[in-house]
Amino acid sequence: MLKRLFMLAALLMMAVLFYDIAGNFSERTELTGISGHYASQGAEELGAANLVASVVITYRGLDTLGEVTVLFISAAGASLLLRRRRGEGTDKEARRQYAESSEIVLTTLSILFPIILLFGVYIFINGHLTPGGGFQGGAVIASALLFFILARPNESLSHALLMKVESLSGFTYVMLGLLGVVLAGGFLDNRVIPLGDFGSLFSAGLIPFINVLIGLKVGSELGSLLQKFKE
Amino acid sequence: MLTLPLSSIVLITGFLLILIGLWAMFVHKDIIRMIIGFSIIDTGIHMVMVALGYITGGTAPIFDDVVNVADTSVKIVDPVPSALVLTAIVIGLGVTAIMLSYAVRIYQAKNSLSIDDCAEQKW
Repeated sequence: MLKRLFMLAALLMMAVLFYDIAGNFSERTELTGISGHYASQGAEELGAANLVASVVITYRGLDTLGEVTVLFISAAGASLLLRRRRGEGTDKEARRQYAESSEIVLTTLSILFPIILLFGVYIFINGHLTPGGGFQGGAVIASALLFFILARPNESLSHALLMKVESLSGFTYVMLGLLGVVLAGGFLDNRVIPLGDFGSLFSAGLIPFINVLIGLKVGSELGSLLQKFKE
Repeated sequence: MLTLPLSSIVLITGFLLILIGLWAMFVHKDIIRMIIGFSIIDTGIHMVMVALGYITGGTAPIFDDVVNVADTSVKIVDPVPSALVLTAIVIGLGVTAIMLSYAVRIYQAKNSLSIDDCAEQKW
């Protein structure tokens, strides 16, 4: 009873706090401060049409590197927690046999799997021009892998391949960042190579390359996470 | 009738989602339901952040024929909260994955998903 009372009191206090914030909130009509600078100078400085991409990849690039690291650590932690302990049966015995999927599902898989992969690649390659980017494209690729896992439950994704893709793209990401220190203004600066024509595919310096790397990394990380959860 | 601006609606919905998720985490004994409550809080926080970055009549922060570079500071929404929410979604996903794998471990150890069966963690 006392516990319930405490819960209600806590919720009520939160509600009052939120009510106060929402009551005093008024919509902004103009960008000010740092976002104003990004809005007015961002296109000229970095040459990316998608302002969110230039904020994520370059202006706050270090945060994004940290974010990728957090995702990597959480994937590693999950596979540590979900690993098979000794004495829980050998691999062959523990692997359950699932019923084969129907022909409809398998045919749909063979038609849709490459298309979904291609869509994911499209999203992260065009991340600096249209809504999208490395994380979104990686999530789409992971959804293709999830489809594969669901439709062919008796086969497993190649763990070695996923691991290689993941670590190689992470390594290249940091190397590109260091390249910015040597050749441009600082860590993860995208102006290492010429900015190119504004709005074309090969523009905005390193942003598309870093988007591709993030996409591959996120896709393989989420794929191995899904694989772990299946096992 | 009282009319609210768009961002206030999103803001209030976000706050309501935070409260609903918190309530779900408080009252449920099932670990999976607590994790769902956490995800609802997460979504609510994202909505609040997006609402705070809204500019009246603003559009997506992507330059094209409609949005040219000259008058951006009144035409596009704040790109910083959008980038933050992008980060927060990915981090939330990672945290949820960790929580779910802990739930799998707890289930394997105790054969139950109720928080009451984890009495050694109680103080």
